[in-house]
Amino acid sequence: MSAKTYTVPIGPVHVGLKEPITAWLDLDGERIVGARVRPGAIHRGIERMGQERNPIQVIYLAERICGICSFSHITAFLRAVEDAAQIRVPARAQYIRSLVLELERVHSHILWAGVACYSIGFDSAFQLGMLMRERVMDVLETYTGNRVNYGVGTVGGVRWDITPEVDTVVRDMIRYYRNEFSAFYDIVTQDPVAKARMRNVGVLSYEDAIRHCALGPTARASGVRCDLRWSAPYEAYGDLDVKPVVPQDYVGEARGDVFDRFLVRVLEVYQSLDIMEKVLDGLPEGDIVFEKSVVKVLSLLKKAEGTGWGIIEAPRGDDSHVVHLTSGNENLTWWKVRAPTYANAVSWPIMFIGNDLADAPLIINSIDPCISCMERMLVTDAGSGNEQILTREQLLNMSREKTRRMMPA
Amino acid sequence: MKLEKYLEILPKSLWVMTCNSGSCNGCDIEIVATISPRYDIERFGMKLVGSPRHADVLVVTGPVTKYMKDRLLRIYRQIPDPKVVVVVGNCGSSGDVFYRSYNLEGPVDRIIPVDVYVHGCPPRPEAITEGVAKAVLKLESKRKELIEAAREAVV
Repeated sequence: MSAKTYTVPIGPVHVGLKEPITAWLDLDGERIVGARVRPGAIHRGIERMGQERNPIQVIYLAERICGICSFSHITAFLRAVEDAAQIRVPARAQYIRSLVLELERVHSHILWAGVACYSIGFDSAFQLGMLMRERVMDVLETYTGNRVNYGVGTVGGVRWDITPEVDTVVRDMIRYYRNEFSAFYDIVTQDPVAKARMRNVGVLSYEDAIRHCALGPTARASGVRCDLRWSAPYEAYGDLDVKPVVPQDYVGEARGDVFDRFLVRVLEVYQSLDIMEKVLDGLPEGDIVFEKSVVKVLSLLKKAEGTGWGIIEAPRGDDSHVVHLTSGNENLTWWKVRAPTYANAVSWPIMFIGNDLADAPLIINSIDPCISCMERMLVTDAGSGNEQILTREQLLNMSREKTRRMMPA
Repeated sequence: MKLEKYLEILPKSLWVMTCNSGSCNGCDIEIVATISPRYDIERFGMKLVGSPRHADVLVVTGPVTKYMKDRLLRIYRQIPDPKVVVVVGNCGSSGDVFYRSYNLEGPVDRIIPVDVYVHGCPPRPEAITEGVAKAVLKLESKRKELIEAAREAVV
């Protein structure tokens, strides 16, 4: 009897909450013995579209690369354009950008924590997380007027200033999360079933995380001290003294499992709250944009020549944008984006191996992928040639049944 | 009976299937926010389902990439009649910022018939709720048509 009995494709239409992606899992009974990943279903040709637009127009395109980390993408893009055109951003604008980046990190991490609870069948924690997340969405809406794509960054600064009213709202939010978020954290970490579902599941060792270039919270959960806010500070982070959050500093050891990834993200929410407070306390006076007139900015960018880089720490890991501007051409000559999920998805096959099929949704979610949507699987029994379609619902039920089995009677 | 009457006492709880055909996730997280406690559309019995065969409503987000066109069609065909298609977001309605991309087959109404458009990039949860209310009316009028057609066939 061969060790490999089933091959289970997840996707290609894997249409649930995030981007579609395909993965094939080789199964021995319920155990996963091998895995392959094929991305690419969501390719919209954004980099090509950028060649037909000027940098100010591309801001709104870059914002729509990902709706969850939209501000991270435009900050990386703007830093690349500013680097290419040698534009200096005023200090106040840098602080405001850091503030919005941290607000975005808070909402992204809370959303992830909620979805992780949902995929193990802990629905009440999911609803609690979503309720808490609305508070940061309110703050973002107060400041920018939008909930998801904020449209607040522009070349050489930001478009809106932090008024005393916004300052009050952000400080209220920080106080709210310091009081309330611990409830969510306790519920999940103290719950024996949640802990049993997440401990030693989807393990990515320290060596594997480095070898496969894992980024952001995925790498930090494996014990790798990497955080661009610490190692290569950008915007205002040089003044803010950010340390990478790694589990060995808090619980003694880093196992690199789903629980550690949960822990890192939850601790980073607290870290973001501290950073936001420091930003508000140290907010310098001055302009928020180096040149108010968009026409003047565009004529300056048209004269610019050169390649610019912008690399920042997005909620999921390093996000890099590289832009080339040619003198006399208003549009981008070329533009390259490297988002963190692609790098993290490479480590999926390692995380899958040795786990149950029922853990697959949790492991897929654990790197916080921009993956989504209805999940359809085709189970092929190589022995009998039987085929069976597994929907996302069945998969989710499998995951939930596993939780139920673990619960004490 | 006027169709608007159906909004006072819902004749049926809508079950919704979402299909992300290449969106940026912005609309998808707003759909999740719509089912979360603040907006709580589940109080009307509406929920997201994992299989198109259980669904009454197909919610499509995103501007339909070439790869997803065939998958979208297959999902659409699996939903039993009467069914309503709701497009959430500007890019599914018109292409929006993704106009003139080489890899898009959309907007959605070039591929499957669309009943309700919800505009916004992304739309607010309130707008999505309004779109669902329109979908209820649309579904009831379609159901009436189907019943009429069945009666005529019998006579």
